[in-house]
Amino acid sequence: MDYIDYIAMPPVRRFGYRIDRGLRSLPRRLGGTLAKAGAGFVRLGRGIRAGVREYVGTFRQGDARTRLSYVLMGAGSLFRGQVVKGLLYLFLQAAFLVYMVTFGLTQLSLLPTLGTAVRKEVWNEELQIFEYIQGDNSMLILLFGVMTILIVLAMIRVYLANIRTAFRNQQAKAHGAALPTIVQDVLNLFDKNLHATFLFLPIMGILTFTILPLIFMILIAFTNYDISHQPPASLFTWVGFENFRDIFWDNPAKSRTFVGIFQWTLVWAFFATFSNYILGMILALMINKKGIRFKKFWRTVFVVTIAVPQFVSLLLVSRLLAEQGAMNVLLGYLGIGPVPFLTNGLFARVMVILVNIWVGIPYTMLITSGILMNIPVELYESARIDGAGVTKTFTRITLPYMLFVTTPYLITQFVGNINNFNVIYLLTAGGPLTLDYYQGGRTDLLVTWLYKLTVNQQEYNLASAIGIIIFLITATFSLLVFNLSSSTRKEETFQ
Amino acid sequence: MKRINWRSSLSNTVIYLILGVMAILWLLPIAWLVMISFRAEPGAWTPYILPKTLTLDNYIRLFSETQLFNYPRWFLNTLFVALMTCAISTILVLMTSYTLSRLRFRSRKGLLNVGLILGMFPGFMAMIAVYYILKAMGLSQTLIALILVYSGGAGLGYYIAKGFFDTIPRSLDEAAIVDGANQNTIFWEIILPLSKPIVIYTILVSFMAPWVDFIFVSIIMKDNYNNYTIALGLYQMLTRENIYRYFTQFCAGAVLIAIPITILYIIMQKFYVEGVTGGAVKG
Repeated sequence: MDYIDYIAMPPVRRFGYRIDRGLRSLPRRLGGTLAKAGAGFVRLGRGIRAGVREYVGTFRQGDARTRLSYVLMGAGSLFRGQVVKGLLYLFLQAAFLVYMVTFGLTQLSLLPTLGTAVRKEVWNEELQIFEYIQGDNSMLILLFGVMTILIVLAMIRVYLANIRTAFRNQQAKAHGAALPTIVQDVLNLFDKNLHATFLFLPIMGILTFTILPLIFMILIAFTNYDISHQPPASLFTWVGFENFRDIFWDNPAKSRTFVGIFQWTLVWAFFATFSNYILGMILALMINKKGIRFKKFWRTVFVVTIAVPQFVSLLLVSRLLAEQGAMNVLLGYLGIGPVPFLTNGLFARVMVILVNIWVGIPYTMLITSGILMNIPVELYESARIDGAGVTKTFTRITLPYMLFVTTPYLITQFVGNINNFNVIYLLTAGGPLTLDYYQGGRTDLLVTWLYKLTVNQQEYNLASAIGIIIFLITATFSLLVFNLSSSTRKEETFQ
Repeated sequence: MKRINWRSSLSNTVIYLILGVMAILWLLPIAWLVMISFRAEPGAWTPYILPKTLTLDNYIRLFSETQLFNYPRWFLNTLFVALMTCAISTILVLMTSYTLSRLRFRSRKGLLNVGLILGMFPGFMAMIAVYYILKAMGLSQTLIALILVYSGGAGLGYYIAKGFFDTIPRSLDEAAIVDGANQNTIFWEIILPLSKPIVIYTILVSFMAPWVDFIFVSIIMKDNYNNYTIALGLYQMLTRENIYRYFTQFCAGAVLIAIPITILYIIMQKFYVEGVTGGAVKG
């Protein structure tokens, strides 16, 4: 279709056309994303090859000082007048070597087995007590092993930078150019290399408190670190994909629990997302309707409820809905017997969705208000002329428009609900418990199950495996977001 | 014409009715919270709704009976952690998002992708490992550990602020460079003063995190009651052994911290909406 045809369409049809086009091109776009991911790996491989080529090539072309910096870091700077820089490199190399010899190498060598020496009890004749001889601690070996690997990788980067500096210095000297002094280098850190300065601390923080623990936990999923293999009393070791096999096939109790909880997670995410979305939008429409007064008052009333911290409001609601809670007292006045709001599986599932509406609608109201105002008025006018009523206008214009504009937000919400720990944990703690499930309850999501397995049961291996599965689910949906949001942007330019 | 007027005023009345009922439903639990906080009879459950006697005792006991549950101390703990976290992570978030948004360097794309992937793992999956890392540093069960954990991952929260920095025109930087400014001064003296809404938003968000989190605190503090924060402390009051005695005090304590947070929230709702919709709709 040509642009001129598109422009000639009435606005409603133009809009329908855009949605249709967006959805139809979705498979192709997803394919494109996969291809892009593949291309990324190819690029990575090429990058490594180019790096190796540079490493070898530089050695061939390098003079004595450049070559010396292959074994003695900083030589290329130190012997060309950049004393401070050279010494810094040298110091780093020394520190690294000391670390590796005294600590790192041992940890790395223990990594394949995660330790072999079990803690022993020995009877001490003199003191008449049992004494413990400390064995290996698998947990610490794994943790320090991962840490050492990260340090080695960082060091490789520094090492390559050192060679590059040496070669650049050599070339500069060959052309008769002056080498940057230490003052210039420092000044550059606030100008040309500002990114290095600004990102140093954040990246260190993320490395220590996100990446290191994450790699550690991912690796735990391939070990047997559970309640009967707790260091320091006993060792744990690598078991390959056994935990995943347990979850999917081998262990009926675990796989039944996983399938049940997984289904409920998706059902919950679906209902929690769309109930909030649609009802929140209707609330926003009502408050923003022409002729409704005290708009600010209404908005504030609903904002107050989300401003109260969730652990207060949700814990409170869980007490309200308890067997002898205020809600049942109230129903008792009306002669209705105690309702098992949170103690019956089905009731509890419905209740968490309802309470989630209570928690979530104000958010949607806040967010959609602005977008609702932006819906082209002509859409509504042409609908009114065609004789559409309120319901029809909502289902045919408002909803499709909003769905189209806010798809990325919606999918983000969906992913957020898959991982919605607070609402479930504070309200029911995953209960009511059931014997059908392995350490889980009827309202447990994958994340709350993960939490319970970690904190209460110390089944770290199973919990980590679930964490990886959650990641895969989240990643799939997030991939969708990026495809759809890029689609919106493209369609927007078409307009 | 008259018919339309009649119809619209009817529909407005219906809407007022619905809004009114909803407002009551939404405020009811909060009203209940306030009411219980003044109730004299102990216990989580009473066979009646309205308290028999009202009292200020729950508020007073919160500050006087501090042997087991030291509310004032928890409050100061939380305030301390919140202020430190706020200072550290605001700076980290702003620096990261500025760098990723406006500076061009080789590994920028790669870093953005890594940030994206890291955000997809469930946040507390790694908390046990975090605990042992802190223990290895000799910091477990301390407030410093808490500050480190809250602000350590701050660099990953760049998304919303980056969206904001993206919208500031590039010509400003270019003009400043012509005038001889370096990149560092551009950030502090030109871009930051222009970014007040996002700075305020970042400050408020990072300030509020320690007040509402109880998961990481419970992992890090274990049984060190003295270093609890408000959230975890209040959570402890509702365990099976404590709930009968402390339920009314829990409500009083909750009211006390809900007030400042609510005020902060109402102030920042504008920035919140701008931040979230800006990021979400633009994609």
